[in-house]
Amino acid sequence: MTGNDMMRLKMWKPTGLALAAIAATAAVALAVPSAMAQRDPAYAAARAAGQIGEQPDGYLGFASTPTPAIRALVQDLNIKRKAAYTERAQATGSTVEQFAFTSGCNLIANTKPGEKYQAPDGRWLTRDDSPPVRNASCP
Amino acid sequence: MNTPKTEARRRAIVGYGLAALIGATVLSGCVQIETPDKPIEINLNINIRQEVVYRLDGDAKKLIEQNSEIF
Repeated sequence: MTGNDMMRLKMWKPTGLALAAIAATAAVALAVPSAMAQRDPAYAAARAAGQIGEQPDGYLGFASTPTPAIRALVQDLNIKRKAAYTERAQATGSTVEQFAFTSGCNLIANTKPGEKYQAPDGRWLTRDDSPPVRNASCP
Repeated sequence: MNTPKTEARRRAIVGYGLAALIGATVLSGCVQIETPDKPIEINLNINIRQEVVYRLDGDAKKLIEQNSEIF
């Protein structure tokens, strides 16, 4: 290898890193708008209205009888959630139920005052400023 | 006519009979108790699950943050 080649290599390495960084940024930039686009305003509205809420099992549920559109929306989100849980469960050597349950603990903890969540006994409660009623196994 | 000796023997027999009866009752009582295997199982599950939940908590938080469109 000549000195010139070494120089070229040294120059190429940072360039490669920079290109990778640009590619990563572009991927994020592409992913974010599509994610934003998936957010249906009807979902936020139904959530704020207390029609839908977080269940202890990591999925969304209906605190009151939903419209067909809201039902379809929630079912679609739950299918996507299950796919995500399945992927993470495999990566962490756990079951889908275990990973979904752990996510449910967090999702209930993340609910904002006024939003609905399901207590371990099945009751639908409205989140207030106090900590939510969660399963004893939740961290 | 009961001599003191036969009377004592009779009492002993009655005593043995009573002891056997009580023993049988206690034994049958023991056998009939159903072991509460289900609550024990649930407790175990909760213990295991809590360990698992603590282990998975960081991953779950990351998943929720990175996939806000479905959570």
